[in-house]
Amino acid sequence: MTKAEPLLSKPLTLKPTNRISNLSQVRRVIICAGTGCMANGAMKVFEQFKQQMPGSGLNVILELRPEAFDHDVRLSKSGCQGFCQMGPLVTVLPDNILYTKVRGEDVAEIIEHTLAKGEPVERLLYKDPATRKTCRGVNENPFYSRQSRFVLQECGLLDPEDIHEFMLHGGYRAARKAFVEMSPEKICRSVLDSGLRGRGGGGFPTGRKWDAARVQNSAKKYVICNGDEGDPGAFMNRSVMEGNPHSVIEGLMIAARAIGASETLVYVRTEYPLAVQRMRRAVEDAEREGILGKNVFGTGLPLKCEVMEGAGAFVCGEETAMIASIEGRRGMPSPKPPFPAQSGLWGKPTVINNVETLVHVSRILNVGPEVFRSVGSKSSPGTKTFAVTGHVANTGLVEVPFGTTVREIVLNIGGGVTDDAGKIWKNGFKAVQIGGPSGGCLTEEHLDLPLDYDSLRSVGAMVGSGGLVVINQRTCMVSTARFFMEFTQRESCGKCVLCREGTKQLLALLDDVIEGRADANTLVLLEKLGHAVQVGSLCGLGKSAPNPVLSTLRYFRKEYEEHIFEKRCRTGRCKALLRPEINPEKCKGCRVCVPSCPTNAIIGERKQAHTINAELCIKCGACAKACKLHAVEGI
Amino acid sequence: MASTPAAVRSVQKFEKLCGILDQHARRPSRLIPILQAIQHEYNYLPEEILTYVATSLGVPPARVFGVATFYAHFAMEPKGKHIVRLCDGTACHVKQSVPILEALHQKLGTSEKRKTTPDMLFTVETVACLGACGLAPVVVIDEQVYGQMTPERAVELVEEIQMQETAIRVAAAGAAND
Repeated sequence: MTKAEPLLSKPLTLKPTNRISNLSQVRRVIICAGTGCMANGAMKVFEQFKQQMPGSGLNVILELRPEAFDHDVRLSKSGCQGFCQMGPLVTVLPDNILYTKVRGEDVAEIIEHTLAKGEPVERLLYKDPATRKTCRGVNENPFYSRQSRFVLQECGLLDPEDIHEFMLHGGYRAARKAFVEMSPEKICRSVLDSGLRGRGGGGFPTGRKWDAARVQNSAKKYVICNGDEGDPGAFMNRSVMEGNPHSVIEGLMIAARAIGASETLVYVRTEYPLAVQRMRRAVEDAEREGILGKNVFGTGLPLKCEVMEGAGAFVCGEETAMIASIEGRRGMPSPKPPFPAQSGLWGKPTVINNVETLVHVSRILNVGPEVFRSVGSKSSPGTKTFAVTGHVANTGLVEVPFGTTVREIVLNIGGGVTDDAGKIWKNGFKAVQIGGPSGGCLTEEHLDLPLDYDSLRSVGAMVGSGGLVVINQRTCMVSTARFFMEFTQRESCGKCVLCREGTKQLLALLDDVIEGRADANTLVLLEKLGHAVQVGSLCGLGKSAPNPVLSTLRYFRKEYEEHIFEKRCRTGRCKALLRPEINPEKCKGCRVCVPSCPTNAIIGERKQAHTINAELCIKCGACAKACKLHAVEGI
Repeated sequence: MASTPAAVRSVQKFEKLCGILDQHARRPSRLIPILQAIQHEYNYLPEEILTYVATSLGVPPARVFGVATFYAHFAMEPKGKHIVRLCDGTACHVKQSVPILEALHQKLGTSEKRKTTPDMLFTVETVACLGACGLAPVVVIDEQVYGQMTPERAVELVEEIQMQETAIRVAAAGAAND
């Protein structure tokens, strides 16, 4: 496993080369301005720094200009640093201090101690919940130190709205190399040699896709960046587009050069307003600097880039549906072949790559395919970002080499499984749901499975876009399957009958299980119909829609059977199966519960044990809340 | 009658609509960005506007309606003044987002079918994922993101807005009486 080296290199337009060594000496205060930290008040913290720093006698600069090197402190914003739960995050460099959950009131203390004297403010440092150890910087923090951050590294460091800073860190160097020094064949060869596979879910070799478009004889070709990250629970593409939009443009430029395209487009989900705004700004800045435009790097080749906002349809993440959407039609997939590389947008050869894939490309050109291959597993080289969420201590973005185990991600980097209140629950692990609505479950037996495209497929799951939801023992797996089925049913575009109607019926069958109407035949039907939907659908959405059901049936069949045959849910979360009863041994007949019941279902004399009339009971749980003796059980 | 304030506003809006269409060169391929811009202006997609869009782009109204109803982002009914969006992505769902939705519906008298309150102050919607999974469960009210929500806190947020709205109404009524 190699760690990423600093990417400082020859700048393109700014030329303070002799001053680069000074760059690291200017103290930097970086405030995370990702969606998560901004929701927690990061901008207030930024404003407080801006206001208070001049009064403290410190010489502050906000933008990276050549004169920045003569200042004491540079204050800047960064993209998402991936540790969203602990935000707002404030990083101080070169002291290498990471402050978590910083409030506006804490700013004065940070200025006084850290900026003036170089001492950390202990109470704002992160405490590892597992070891109770205080972590000063990212290198001591297990959440960060156990990751291999390639794609995300710069997200937390660079100001996403400052093209000069990106360039000072070696940005657009790979794009320049691709345009000036390399032929399209050579670029495709490099990407092919690196073994890079599409990070959007399918895992198709990127080099092969590019080569297929390159050999097409067409004057017009397109490259599209797929930023329609619809998988609920995944947000790595959002973070990159918000945190390092120029790296996306650079990847697009290399792809365009490799296939001979003159127009590129970034399709961003409309639910990500900040990503749309930052991508648009980045395109404008790149045009102003002459990086995009009529004459890219003096080669005479033109290149345009447009940012398009999606309109809220999950299926548009599928290549052919996305093309339909860009052409102004309903986002419905069409049969392949012809593949988009042969006939895509407006019937022209088109390459569609995921955000994360494109960001990897510039790294491959910078460090060479061999170095890229040296990380990760044999069949899946490189790193992958997982969005770790759900019942886990550290939620956030985790970038690890392929081949890392679930144990490492959930228990070590993620800090362990938590209960519903967020406290560490040592034996609480039940499953991880990986790959979102197209993926499947991994259980305790898979904790040591090295994650890559092929190993996951072999156990009925998939990498998908990399959503990894940790599920604790208090979660009902049938309901989890139902949640995903409801999602795919709603998002099915309706073109293929088996996907449109099949997902509806699968959902109805799951409702039968959850609401106690199912019988032995339901399980057989679920499996049969699941397989039918898989083979009878055109696109990835339909083909993978039954995965969550089939995968939970495979690993949690017992839970389905309990629902069906014993009419009980072991987690107590399926309301229809609840059987609230008053334990006569505990009940003292105090009548406190009687008025709490909205349907007057509780009967009994004072000082005698009460009972619940099951026909009237609506299982609202009000009596259980009212009873101080905890005599109401089963709810 | 063209001089009433409502009529003037409607004419101004129509001019804006024409501006949007011109900005996209009245190209049918730009239909989605056009509808997005119209929704931004009108806060939903009025039926008569869609017919006009179809005519000016030279495409059948069915095509415009087809696109408008296909995408979840487009609304065919007016939305309330304040839009409360509850994230029901996987991360929020496993962290109990449903009780928050139930509490909001109960507080505002809305439901899955009737998303907007009769006084047009609130619209309660669910969205698939806002990508703020680290803060789950998440509620977004008028573009402001609130993380680690509870049913009680969500109801409090709505009550705060209700109080502000009442204050605005009282102030307006006071001004009218003067």
